[in-house]
Amino acid sequence: MKILVCISHVPDTTSKINFTNGDAEFDTNGVQFVINPNDEFGLTRAIWFQEQQGANVTVVNVGGPDTEPTLRKALAIGANEAIRVNAAPKDGFFVATQLAEVIKAGNYDLIIAGKESLDYNGGMVPGMLAAILGYNFVNSCTELKVDGTSATASREIDGGKEIVSTTLPLIIGGQKGLVEEKDLKIPNMRGIMTARTKALTVLEPVNAEVTTKAVKFEKPAAKSAVKLISPDNLDELINLLHNEAKVI
Amino acid sequence: MSILIYAESSSEGKFKKVAFELASYAKKVAESLNTTVTAITVNNTNAAELSKYGVDKVLKVSNDKLKNFTAKAYADIIKQAADKENVKLVLLSSTTDSLYMAPLVAVGLNASFASNVVGLPVSMSPFQVKRTAFSNKAYVISELETEVKVLSLAKNSYGLVENASTLTEEDFAPTLNDGDFSVKVESVEKASGKVTIADAEVVVSGGRGLKGPENWGMLEDLASVLGAATACSKPVSDLGWRPHSEHVGQTGKPVATNLYIAVGISGAIQHIAGISSSKVKVVINSDPEAPFFKVADYGIVGDAFDIVPRLTEKLREFKANS
Repeated sequence: MKILVCISHVPDTTSKINFTNGDAEFDTNGVQFVINPNDEFGLTRAIWFQEQQGANVTVVNVGGPDTEPTLRKALAIGANEAIRVNAAPKDGFFVATQLAEVIKAGNYDLIIAGKESLDYNGGMVPGMLAAILGYNFVNSCTELKVDGTSATASREIDGGKEIVSTTLPLIIGGQKGLVEEKDLKIPNMRGIMTARTKALTVLEPVNAEVTTKAVKFEKPAAKSAVKLISPDNLDELINLLHNEAKVI
Repeated sequence: MSILIYAESSSEGKFKKVAFELASYAKKVAESLNTTVTAITVNNTNAAELSKYGVDKVLKVSNDKLKNFTAKAYADIIKQAADKENVKLVLLSSTTDSLYMAPLVAVGLNASFASNVVGLPVSMSPFQVKRTAFSNKAYVISELETEVKVLSLAKNSYGLVENASTLTEEDFAPTLNDGDFSVKVESVEKASGKVTIADAEVVVSGGRGLKGPENWGMLEDLASVLGAATACSKPVSDLGWRPHSEHVGQTGKPVATNLYIAVGISGAIQHIAGISSSKVKVVINSDPEAPFFKVADYGIVGDAFDIVPRLTEKLREFKANS
């Protein structure tokens, strides 16, 4: 089985978000970049398929040279090889078009991407990939098993879960649950050393339409100070929630 | 040239609240574009209810094969309806199902797509919308540059606005093929009789300050008095005190509810990002320095084990008398 794991290079979840150039660009100053958490769950599941079912795992990212450390980290975690499509990820459709080319050329059986990235939160790349390629697609996937060309997955639904069956080639929009948080792999020294010698292929992008454009960013308005209520005056809280906030 | 909305139904064939919110929003957008609102429903038995929220026409699909949500089939239906009505703007909700099929709908229609849209379009020409980004830590104004556009509206970001209309009901029989059902639903597991985080108006959430899973009873009592869903912070779900499905935050579920009550949660930046779309936040924490107090509307500094049971009792009396 050939697996492709699509990786976004995103600000660490603890990052403070600021903008620059007249609020038109994200300010990367002092920001630590990591593998998008939703992708990391998918990567770890892919490594499980590699260890248990002999799968070959390639990781791919659409981004500039500055994203290579993130791909190297994925190699250190255990991916066999990496591909970087040398282009700024302009929008979800642009990224999906680039990834579709990589998938067609590499003949992958299983493609795992995070259900959304934690920077632009578009939540569209896996679905667009599925639509462009005509592959089967399971989003918000929390469990995945593959047997030959058959796959069983669970998908999170509002208020529960759903078990679905389908066949490869398959696109997964992954999230927490694909593996448990405690099973996420941290690169060890040996992994880091081997990662240096693994192939990282750089591909030039294909022409693709850009359908959306980020015009400007805004930060949420500053919040008024909290109203503190004494623990001995819980009636006051109920009164405020009822008469002021009008939520009960 | 009408606006098309997908008015989502529950498995019982009744509209979800988000369907009415979407209709309310679509009506307002339609007014400024001088057009009408067409809704599409699947196996819904109360389509007439849409007339309360300004919908002009409803295309009703009834088909037993569509009993379970199947993203490809549903996306196909929406595409066919959009083609039939010559639609340039398709509006969806932000439920798990709608977000699953939205990119399929967009590619099918050669459309651009913006998710997590909050508020009315900032500009109609060029078409710009405001959406949340960086996991609710910021907003971005996005410009959609294609002729056909698909938006998904963030839950609870617009609200319900009644606006009576004369509704034309029409049966619609889209063409479905086997490929539409290539991902087959084998079983659905849903906790019955429990309010889910996705549907809840109020969410009561607990953190490590509650010391152990055995202490969740008092939160469940508080939630039951308020008709609320229960939730938890990431450490609590990582420790296995509560199921992952209750984890709210940046890597868990987002919560956009009217009232969010956080008990014993310090308020890590990732947690705050996940709940920041909630309208009113109440924090109960013994540590006055807990970062959550900086973003809360109301706070009580004190011992949760003393406060929560007393608050539950007082709310019970309040509910009984109101």
